[in-house]
This record gives sequence, structure tokens and C-alpha cells, in this order.
Amino acid sequence: MALIDAPDREAGGAAAPAAPGLGELFVAFAKMSLAGFGGVLVWARRAIVEQHRWMTAEEFNETFALCHFLPGPNIVNLSVVFGSRFRGIPGAIAAFAGLLGPPVVIVTTLAVLYAHYGELDTLRRILAGVSYAAIGLLFAVVFKMLMPLLRKRDPVAIGLLAAVFVAVGVLRLPMPYVLAVAVPLSIGATYLLRRRTA
Amino acid sequence: MTGAPSLGGLAATFSTMSLFAIGGANAALPEIHRVAVTLNHWLTEQQFADAFAIAQLSPGPNVLIVTLIGYQAAGLAGALVATVGMCGPSATLAYVVSRLLGRAGQSPWPAIIQAALVPLSIGLMAASGLILALGSDRSVAAMVLTATVAVLAAVTRVNPLWLLLAGGVLGFAGVV
Repeated sequence: MALIDAPDREAGGAAAPAAPGLGELFVAFAKMSLAGFGGVLVWARRAIVEQHRWMTAEEFNETFALCHFLPGPNIVNLSVVFGSRFRGIPGAIAAFAGLLGPPVVIVTTLAVLYAHYGELDTLRRILAGVSYAAIGLLFAVVFKMLMPLLRKRDPVAIGLLAAVFVAVGVLRLPMPYVLAVAVPLSIGATYLLRRRTA
Repeated sequence: MTGAPSLGGLAATFSTMSLFAIGGANAALPEIHRVAVTLNHWLTEQQFADAFAIAQLSPGPNVLIVTLIGYQAAGLAGALVATVGMCGPSATLAYVVSRLLGRAGQSPWPAIIQAALVPLSIGLMAASGLILALGSDRSVAAMVLTATVAVLAAVTRVNPLWLLLAGGVLGFAGVV
């Protein structure tokens, strides 16, 4: 266990845990994924930080911050970055496969059932009810993320947020074009604001 | 379900989308909706709302809505191609960037870029909510249910799964 690719973790810490093996990575990510109804992140944090102690809370936050600012599903990014930190590319693949494999089998089974029975009236009504609730959950996430931004009263950020909402949600413009304008604008504005306040 | 797409077309579509999904899968929903429903008619508005509901009810990352869309568009192979297409490129990028940043030391740029992207991803998620609501919330009762769940999830710590199941029960009972 001497050649573990985890430079931040010096030996000698009281609870220095062993780096997970490939099978362990697969199983750990499969478990958190299957536990994750309505979001895997909570379970990932619990497993990685509290249960296995593979990362400290700070290491986890830093890793998640990186995965959040990169494009793509955050938790999928996290699995790859986490797996590769301990076991290189094979580790990344093991964690990725664990996170996505089992739930993909489940969702695909549901897709097959839906294709056969999707027109049944009872199922129609149940799914409609679920989707109304699911949209509500999405609005709740938006609300929770919006509050800190409103509290900061940052007019540039709020303006850009509103512009993106109108462009994509109301005008239905293609997202790549909208982002091609909004991303450089937002990065430029953030950079200038920070330089002024620094 | 008109115009079954080629697997190559599906792969290209979702691989591109993968790299634009800033803020995660829910932020990419407007684009997924535009491409899959409006542009290519792989799914109806109804099927898209159903796919969203099924993905929320299932364990695993929310991104798995693309598995359902892939299946609807091109069967089992489509499900697999859409999933790998949506997750592969961004995961590869995450791997490369995490390796590079490991050596870059204390650059202020990751923090600046992250702060700059937060409002954009919130705007995109709000757009997702609007598009989904316009596509499926037709009755007053449905809108009341959506609003109630939004408030409950925002101000309490109740497990979201219970709210989804409650929605299903109300739907089954014919209330919404």
C-alpha cells in the first residue's frame, strides 16, 4: 500500500484509511447511487466522508466544488475524479461504472415497462401526479439556490440569471448559443467585480 | 416517436450536450427538451414529462432521464448510447482538469469561474421548471400540487421521495 496515488494524505494520521480497491470503489458508488432517490450527493458525502473516511470534509468540498463548476452531471464527475485520485484511470472507470451501471439497468427496465403500459389510464394518472410533484421539487431547488444570491444583492448576477431564464425558458433559444454569450459575460463581470473589491 | 434517429446521431447529440450541461443534468433539461421534443419529435410533450417523473422516482443520478429518452428514441442501444454520450465527455473533461489543477497550485480562476457560473445554472434550472410546467401542468389542481410541493420542499426537511409518492397517490385518486 505504499504507492497510493493520494499525495494529500500523509501516513501517520490517526485514522489514515486504506485507499479503496477497484471492487470496493465499484460497490461503494453502486450503493450510494441506489440509495440516492432524488439526489445522490447526500449519500456520496455520507459514504466517502463519514462511513469510509476516504476524504476529510474539506477535501470532499473542494473536490465537489471542482465537479460542480465543470459541465456535466456533478455526481458523475465526482465519481471519476474520486476514483482516479485513488486508483488512476481504472479507478475512475470502476467508480463511474458503479455509479451508473445498476441504476441504468433499473431505469431501462422502467423504460421497457413504460413503453408497454404507458398508455394505461391508471399509470397515466399516477405519473402525471408524480411529475407535478417533481416539478415542484425542481422549483424548490431553484429557490434554495436563489436565496443566497438575492441576499448578496449582486445586480450583475441576478440580471444574468434573469436573462438566461428568459432566453432559454421563454424564448426557447438554443442553450449553446445562449451560453456562448452568457458565460464570457459572467466570467468577465465576476473578474472585474472581484478586482475592484480586492 | 417519429423519425427514429441513428445511434451515431444520438451519440453526437448527447455528447455535445454533455459539455454544455453547466450546473448538472437539470440545467440541461431545456436543451434536452428542445432537441428531443421540439426539434426531432423523439418524444411527445407528455412522454417527456413522464420521463422526468420516472427519472425522479428512480434511484441514481437525475441525469438518467437521458436513458429513458434514448430508449424512447432508439430502443435498448439508444438508452445505452444516450447515457454514455451524456456522461462520458464531461467525465473525461473532469478527469483531465482535476489532473491539471493538481499541479496548477493556487490559481484564483477556478473560484472566479465557479462564482460566474452559479447564476447561469440557476437561470437554466428555473427555465427547466417553466418548460416542464408549461408542458404538463394543465389543471388548477396540478398547479396547486406543484406549488405546494415547492413550498414544502423549500422550507421543510421532508424526504423528497415522500412528496413524489404523495403526488402519485393524488394522481391515482384522480384529484389532480
